Amino acid sequence: MRMYDLPDERGHFGPYGGVFVAETLSHALDELREAYAAARKDPHFEAEFRYELKHYVGRPSPIYHARRLSEQCGGAQIYIKREDLNHTGAHKINNTIGQALLARRMQKPRVIAETGAGMHGVATATVAARYGMECVVYMGSEDVKRQVQNVYRMKLLGASVVPVESGSRTLKDALNEAMRDWVTNVERTFYIIGTVAGPHPYPMMVRDFQSVIGEECLAQMQEMSGRQPDALIACVGGGSNAMGMFYPYLKTTTRLIGVEAAGEGLETGRHAASLCAGKPGVLHGNRTYLLQDANGQITETHSISAGLDYPGVGPEHAWLKDSGRAEYVAVTDEDALRAFHDLCRKEGIIPALESAHALAQAMKMAPGMPKDAILLVNLSGRGDKDMHTVAERSGIKF
Amino acid sequence: MSRIAARFEELRRAKRKALIPYITAGDPHPSITVPLLRALVEAGADIVELGVPFSDPMADGPVIQRSGERALKHGVGLADVLRMVGEFRRADSTTPIVLMGYANPIEAMGTTQFLRTAKAAGIDGVIVVDYPPEECAEFSAAAKEHDIDPIFLLAPTSTDKRIHDVARCGSGYLYYVSLRGVTGAAHLDLSDVAARIPKIRAATHLPIGVGFGIRDAESARRVAETADAVVIGSRIIQEIEAGAADQAVSRVKAFLKPIREALDASFTQ
Repeated sequence: MRMYDLPDERGHFGPYGGVFVAETLSHALDELREAYAAARKDPHFEAEFRYELKHYVGRPSPIYHARRLSEQCGGAQIYIKREDLNHTGAHKINNTIGQALLARRMQKPRVIAETGAGMHGVATATVAARYGMECVVYMGSEDVKRQVQNVYRMKLLGASVVPVESGSRTLKDALNEAMRDWVTNVERTFYIIGTVAGPHPYPMMVRDFQSVIGEECLAQMQEMSGRQPDALIACVGGGSNAMGMFYPYLKTTTRLIGVEAAGEGLETGRHAASLCAGKPGVLHGNRTYLLQDANGQITETHSISAGLDYPGVGPEHAWLKDSGRAEYVAVTDEDALRAFHDLCRKEGIIPALESAHALAQAMKMAPGMPKDAILLVNLSGRGDKDMHTVAERSGIKF
Repeated sequence: MSRIAARFEELRRAKRKALIPYITAGDPHPSITVPLLRALVEAGADIVELGVPFSDPMADGPVIQRSGERALKHGVGLADVLRMVGEFRRADSTTPIVLMGYANPIEAMGTTQFLRTAKAAGIDGVIVVDYPPEECAEFSAAAKEHDIDPIFLLAPTSTDKRIHDVARCGSGYLYYVSLRGVTGAAHLDLSDVAARIPKIRAATHLPIGVGFGIRDAESARRVAETADAVVIGSRIIQEIEAGAADQAVSRVKAFLKPIREALDASFTQ
């Protein structure tokens, strides 16, 4: 395989990625690109990042052999990378620590973030508290209503949460509003984007910070089973947990499978599967697969898991799809819920609904595979935040 | 010579400054856009910037966001906007029309299809807010082949290198965004404008328009002391949304009149 050295210096992954922003943002991105390039070369930056991951986040996160779940499926062995055991309960913190350290290095006393379900908002508020920074989180007003507990968590951590009333009042609009804040306040503000999307260098930078997931998997799988898995499986909204897991594996022959949210079914139009059912376009500073109508307007998405509810996807995933190195499939709300309950009952682990999509895909594939095959699922977050959603589905009101 | 170049040449000879109002196509209703375009010309517009509604207008402030949302409620898309310009052109063959919008609706239509249809409709220039010069070399070249001017933005944060890059690939005019922020923000920095325009002028022969944050006759006049053109957007949208839709045309005319007069009184010799 040809050495993989993407993105190019303007952030392109083949035809995807890039810097599609208004001129007012160009300077901020130039500055960020330079600061990040310098930080990556600085061994002190790397050392501090690793120290924080170990002592504050609790890394490395373990890999767990889900024996009873594997038995139930009756085929391949399912292993689980436990990102749910990280501080704050998801993989998001890996990236917010990296970016907060960069913000401090750039002497920006204020950080801002967009959030959908609130997990990235909580992870940003957490590191802002940890490093003594002012923190403002933009959140669609619809999401503010749906995620009352996470809004309160962010406030407890000292952040201000700004409800966004424009557009569809969800994640994409929160991202637009955070960008507007950044343009206006760029001198003292660092924008912590939560996924591998946005203008260059964000997709690369977030991938790099999240790559600790895949690096650990390479070492841990070797140690546990003497070989690498037949396939990695991770859910894809914007795609940060998947990209972090896949990236160190690009050089291997392990299959890489990204799982999008098929919502109520791809055929219903009520889903969030940009790679499986969208087409390329330009949004939020990069070219990638988008869910859009015939006029090029971005359409509203649907998924039971708020974290997958995004009409775009990281440009590197778009490239990996077209190049054939990774495969992308979609799993419905219903299948994800079934996997959610199975993992609770069989392994005593309550997964995030996002991660349950990846798990559902593993459970679909495992029965058709030999018993010595290995599937490694990224359990990107824990399910505490989803109690209300799951209970409501079962007709239970708290 | 393109309609934009011809218009600036005319203005230069008459020693006048260009007034460039902006409206969003389809706001508040698709049926008002063509009459509104005509009214802008009657009120003294030299060029009109016509916004293409987009679901995710990242560079726009609340006022222009709202106008886009009103237009989107009527399902106004790029093809509709081009039809409106075609209708406007039947009665006005001289006023340049510049489309302003985001990349995705254009890419969804297909850039060649867009340029061909835009040319046929009588579009003279296009500002694609999220197409910086580095990302649109092909598009800019194709636009020029269709006699459509690709117009680029410059900001207070633009480096000298960027000013030169943008000056090289733009045509029609250059659009200096006079503040750090989004459209319609309150803090126009006039001393920044006065300091930056000569720098930009040294890099280009193109006329220079200044926009973002110009709200009245006085700020327009001050900006025109250094710029060739004054662009006004959010304030016009505020007039449109200030009352009944069927009175929008007369409100906008009344708003622009003193601005036109101030520009002419100060600069015409």
